[in-house]
Amino acid sequence: MAGIVIVGAGECGLRAAFAARNAGYTGEITVIGTETALPYERPPLSKPDAAGVIEKPITSKEALSACAIALRSGVTVTEIDRANRQLQLSVGSALGYDKLLLTTGARPRTLACPGGEHARVFRTIEDAREVFRSAGASTRVTIVGAGLIGLELAAVLIGRCAKVTVLEAGPRPLGRNVPEPFAMRLAERHRQRGVNIRCGVALRVCTAFSVVLENGQTIDTDLAVAAIGVTPNIDLAEAAGLTTQNGICVDAGLRTEDPRIFAAGDCAAVQAPDGGYRHYETWQNAQAQGDVAGANLAGGDARFSGPVWFWSDQYDLGLQGFGETEGDPAAIRDLGNGAEVRFYSNDAGQLIGAAGLGPSNAVSRDIKIAQRLAGATLDPALLADANQNMKKLLRAA
Amino acid sequence: MAQWIDACATDDIDEEDLIRFDHDGRTFAIYRSPDDEFFCTDGLCTHEQVHLVDGLVMDYVIECPKHNGQFDYRTGEAKRAPVCVNLATYPAKVENGRVLIEV
Repeated sequence: MAGIVIVGAGECGLRAAFAARNAGYTGEITVIGTETALPYERPPLSKPDAAGVIEKPITSKEALSACAIALRSGVTVTEIDRANRQLQLSVGSALGYDKLLLTTGARPRTLACPGGEHARVFRTIEDAREVFRSAGASTRVTIVGAGLIGLELAAVLIGRCAKVTVLEAGPRPLGRNVPEPFAMRLAERHRQRGVNIRCGVALRVCTAFSVVLENGQTIDTDLAVAAIGVTPNIDLAEAAGLTTQNGICVDAGLRTEDPRIFAAGDCAAVQAPDGGYRHYETWQNAQAQGDVAGANLAGGDARFSGPVWFWSDQYDLGLQGFGETEGDPAAIRDLGNGAEVRFYSNDAGQLIGAAGLGPSNAVSRDIKIAQRLAGATLDPALLADANQNMKKLLRAA
Repeated sequence: MAQWIDACATDDIDEEDLIRFDHDGRTFAIYRSPDDEFFCTDGLCTHEQVHLVDGLVMDYVIECPKHNGQFDYRTGEAKRAPVCVNLATYPAKVENGRVLIEV
């Protein structure tokens, strides 16, 4: 009666639990979560409304109950005992498993410089409440990291705070998988709104009231936030002797080398067709891998295949993309009204990614269709022609 | 009380597509199916109140432009997470090349 145990009650773990049930699994399903709140969506945390941080549950007690999924909140797994197929729990007891899924997620990186502990991180609903509670009309905010979370926070905070500075170690904002013209356009919008973005800077020290740069310049700071990415939570897997590599190593079926143990979502590194391991940190990846893991926990043979999709909203602009968007685009589609989609292909001419930026959700439809076209060989001239209905390309592909 | 409202011409909507229609402070989505039938639902996704008009219609499914939730626009049934609340639907009919909805 040990059943399926899922460690991590975020988007991926919950998704997997429901997927396993939907796939016909009839045994016990237990989801263990460290946080005490009912599992909630993380994307809204950086987008508070006038009433404060939005707490959006992923599921309800009723839905869990209807699928006979047991949720154990506020419990941490301290050890995986693979030989005896059981988990040691922070509450002192042990819990047996027949199949185990690790969806332990990731934790924010903290600043490495002296005094780095003065910078808050942004991952949980408590982090979000702390940041927005601390941010008032006279607050001077310094955000370290000009990635998506750093810039989304800047966009929200500039409307509430006296001064917002974003510090980036790299040569440009959004250096990770956002096409440079889009990154530049977003950065320009931030500057128009008064955010001071500084790239190519290194930190010397943080104090309770300042951030000091390597060049000696001091930035007076009431609230510092570190938004410099995440580290996958692999400690539990490592201690259990599972292979890790910036993530818990799994095959395309999300299985570790232990046939009873799976890993998915932010904590996983999935083997790609080229043999390398890929680690993804997007919300949609958590869902997609949760679906695959759930099906396979129930005895199926589903396989994860990218590409994964992401979005970011900053001011009036919506950014969406999927797959690989490095280098020169194969085609640029001008949708008018400031909306543009860029398509990327490999040497064989197959579509491997696309990214779009425009007002609100203007690029959404084309990105969705492009994602369905991934792998297809397409005429760049047709992709670039905004009068060409992309759905026709999809039907022809 | 519900009444039939003239919303648009049939030709205003491409096949397998939708338009947004605002009426009396409410917003609706009107769809034209691949087999040339017309349907009407609430215009906002039940997940985060995003206008569905920017979404993608494939066969009988509308996919929200923001978080990829899906609904069957004929019945309003929520088909894929994150949406779990069904979309309200309204009767639609065609008369003399016009699409009417009962709202």
